[in-house]
Amino acid sequence: MSGRRTFLKKASICVAAAGLLGLGGVQAAEPIRIGSVLSVTGPASFLGDPELKTLQMYVDEINAKGGIDGHKIELIHYDDGSDAKKAVNFVKRLIQRDKVHVIVGGTTSGASLAMIPEAEGAGVPFISLAGSVKIVEPVKKWVFKTPHTDKMAAAKIFEDMRRRGIKKVALISGSGGFDKSGRAESLALAPEYGIEIVADETYNNKDTDMTAQLTRIRATDAEAILNFGFGTGPAIVTKNARQLGIDLPLYQSHGVASKKFIELAGEAAEGVRLPAAALLVAEKLPDNDPQKPVLLAYKRKYEAKYGPVSTFGGHAYDGLFIALEAIDRANSLDRAKIRDEIERTRGFVGTGGVFNMSPEDHLGLDLSAFRMLEIRNGDWVLVE
Amino acid sequence: MKRLAGFYLFAVLVALLPVAFPHNYFVTVVGVTIGINAILAVSLNLFMGYAGQISLGHAAFFGVGAYASGILTTRYGVDPWLAMLAGLAASGLVAALIARPILRLHGHYLAMATLGFGIIVNIVMVEAEGLTGGPDGMTGIPPLPLLGRSIDTDLEWYAVVAVVLLFTVWVSLNIFDSRAGRALRAVHGSEIAARTLGVDTAAAKSNVFVLSALIASFAGSLFAHQQSFISPGSFGFFFSIELVTMVVLGGLGSTFGAVFGAVVLSLLPEVLVVLEDYEVLVFGAVLMLIMIFLPQGLFVGTVRALRGIVARRAEAPVAGEG
Amino acid sequence: MLEQLLQFVVTGITVGSTYALVGLGFALIYNASQVVNFAQGEFVMLGAMVAVSIVGAGAPLPVAVLGGVAATTLVGIALEKLAIEPARGASVITTIIITIGASILLRGVALLIWGKDIYALPHFSGEEPIAIGSATVLPQSLWVMGVAAVLVLAVRLFFDRTMLGKAVLACACNRTAAQLVGINVQLMLTLSYALSAMLGAVAGVLVAPIAFTSWDAGVMLGLKGFSAAILGGMGNPMGAVAGGLLLGLIESLGAGLLSSGYKDALAFLIILIVLVVRPSGIFGRAAVERV
Repeated sequence: MSGRRTFLKKASICVAAAGLLGLGGVQAAEPIRIGSVLSVTGPASFLGDPELKTLQMYVDEINAKGGIDGHKIELIHYDDGSDAKKAVNFVKRLIQRDKVHVIVGGTTSGASLAMIPEAEGAGVPFISLAGSVKIVEPVKKWVFKTPHTDKMAAAKIFEDMRRRGIKKVALISGSGGFDKSGRAESLALAPEYGIEIVADETYNNKDTDMTAQLTRIRATDAEAILNFGFGTGPAIVTKNARQLGIDLPLYQSHGVASKKFIELAGEAAEGVRLPAAALLVAEKLPDNDPQKPVLLAYKRKYEAKYGPVSTFGGHAYDGLFIALEAIDRANSLDRAKIRDEIERTRGFVGTGGVFNMSPEDHLGLDLSAFRMLEIRNGDWVLVE
Repeated sequence: MKRLAGFYLFAVLVALLPVAFPHNYFVTVVGVTIGINAILAVSLNLFMGYAGQISLGHAAFFGVGAYASGILTTRYGVDPWLAMLAGLAASGLVAALIARPILRLHGHYLAMATLGFGIIVNIVMVEAEGLTGGPDGMTGIPPLPLLGRSIDTDLEWYAVVAVVLLFTVWVSLNIFDSRAGRALRAVHGSEIAARTLGVDTAAAKSNVFVLSALIASFAGSLFAHQQSFISPGSFGFFFSIELVTMVVLGGLGSTFGAVFGAVVLSLLPEVLVVLEDYEVLVFGAVLMLIMIFLPQGLFVGTVRALRGIVARRAEAPVAGEG
Repeated sequence: MLEQLLQFVVTGITVGSTYALVGLGFALIYNASQVVNFAQGEFVMLGAMVAVSIVGAGAPLPVAVLGGVAATTLVGIALEKLAIEPARGASVITTIIITIGASILLRGVALLIWGKDIYALPHFSGEEPIAIGSATVLPQSLWVMGVAAVLVLAVRLFFDRTMLGKAVLACACNRTAAQLVGINVQLMLTLSYALSAMLGAVAGVLVAPIAFTSWDAGVMLGLKGFSAAILGGMGNPMGAVAGGLLLGLIESLGAGLLSSGYKDALAFLIILIVLVVRPSGIFGRAAVERV
């Protein structure tokens, strides 16, 4: 370990000296160091785990093919155990000790928000894999992200509700960052779609029963239920709603966009609608969909190695390739140049959608990136 | 002053580390984390080790200090030092209010009460979104101004935290030998016996509880300014348990034991991170092994063993514990 | 309103029965050694996880349940033999830290074996809700309540009526005296860990169909079980059950009638108030300090 590190350090000094001459033509080129802090363990591990696997899979593959323009990629990753406090020290470690060129990661919104001051202070391009809109609004010079925001999810859901003529909605959400942020965005956005929130219940993410909250919802005149959450919560909400005989349309967020939800909620999941990235229905997309080839390629590769894909791993795919393409275009490992090129990302077809970034938009996705899905016969169906 | 010899040795060590390794991540970055944890562990040891009580809610006071600083500076533009004072006042007040009713409890019941208190405080941090920013926490906490400049770099933070740590250790060592310290140890031995000897046990326990809460709150304010970001997860039930573990791991009742426990428990995850999937497992195993084979704690157990060797050689009686 | 109230009560009893079962496990080990076993929640998780794996391998559910309980019982025995026994003579707080270490270790092992996925067990007797007036309850919840009721009676009889149970209690009261009258203290300790691991695993397999399980599912259940045991009075099996049911009811009524966000805060606040009024829990006897 330490031997490898010192070798790399020596190599990097040589290259730094030669670096002024430009990157091409340097033998034993400096590796592209991609740093990552992910929640591989802890409550958010179901997000961080596929993210790490995706990064490792593609980095290994690219290196096996000889790297990018002769540059190998070195992936340096730390597990914050879903603890934002740990993420701060690890991002310092990436910047100071490991001297990474770009950071892809920050699984949870909390960790990403905690990492931002460090990345901004040191001037390192940082592509977050977390959901909250706060990460890129207001725009921060060095910070980008790839996943759809909770605001987009709420908008997509309300659009669908409006189409179905639903005007009164009962909201139920978990206690985590994702849940609370989604709840806040829903509350703020509902009036724009002429929707009234008639109930606003919450539960703890480790709660085992939500019938009390749903009983309260049953007593309102809600025409649909919207649940923002991930993990076991949404599956329990779905089952409890059916147990109580509530047959209102049930909407879930993109937090449950994995087969696991259908497996856990079983029969009760039938008819549940959710906004999700196109990855979940890759095979069902029309052939002229620009995302289809990218999605199928990622899905097949991931599933051959690890099992069912989730959209979360897809965010890591998008982050990694946006970074690598920017480095390729910049033809330099200069952090500022990489940053500028990330901002110039146009028409990048990823798993989350087609990215068009700009100085005003460090996400670059619009509502079309989300597809409205319904669960039928234990599988997703495109509703539109 | 043989009594404080250990302290001077420790102070020199703390001062020399950044001089010897000025750009070492483990000294300057992890060092700050260790320092803050050590301050917390030493303060908790006052309550647990000296007075023989237990608290599973110590992180709450750490959090009250951090959030007082965070909320007052970012939302109301209060001067960081004034905000820190407000945090101290809030923590002291809360500690004083709950001390009397809660400290009547013993053993597991006291553990439960402090645990419940800690969880309630944490739930407020999560739920009072308008003030605290909810589970995602709050960003943009300004750096701490000191002597006309703001403390910003890791090295500067190391210096500040080191000074506070040394002061805390010094206070803790002095309390041990003071009248108050003797009263506390009497409470630890047997509360009834202490009472019959004329010690106001309720006051003794309550005072040390408030003092330990104040130190924790101060550490919390430092932490908020140093990280510039805080979220409820950093002040929860798990961190309270971790603090208790630091104190017991190092050696209950020993100030340097608490420091040592904080060093070990803060460094371990940084070191074990290379083990990836095995990290959790190894961490648990290491914790168990230490406690099984050194039940008095890593520091106290080692020191006793060393003293035993020295004593046998010199045929001299073993010196008192400090 | 009344209809809602009925559902809140039914929900509270369902959830409370789970807490009661976990709390019983705490009470058992406490009775034998005055130690709070922080790995109790992990017993709950292990029981469920092993059962999930056995079902996954194609075995019928009853076999899986028995397998999960048996495997966890062995883990309980191993914990006592490998970690608690070698640390004999250590203080109670040191022993508690050992159990904290064990809980982390067991979570780590679960992480390696089962990964981070969430798993569910099939319901024991279908998922068709049963109506009780205007409220509904799942058959699985009746299983939880029924088994909890049977087990608490069994544990009570064990301590009150059997020589073995009295021997276990004697060890906690005075180890030396127990040894002098010919009780194998070591064996009693092992027995208590085995039994409480078994209780934890039973709770785990019963709850897994409703609440699912994952490598870290034991943490919150352990915390709630501990709260239940303390609320009722540590060491008293009836107390653990009463504490569990009370906790479940407070949570469900709090969520239903007041605020779902603050329901846990409310539960802990009530525990604090109970402790201030009755420092040894509802059914606990005041401890006598020996000078």
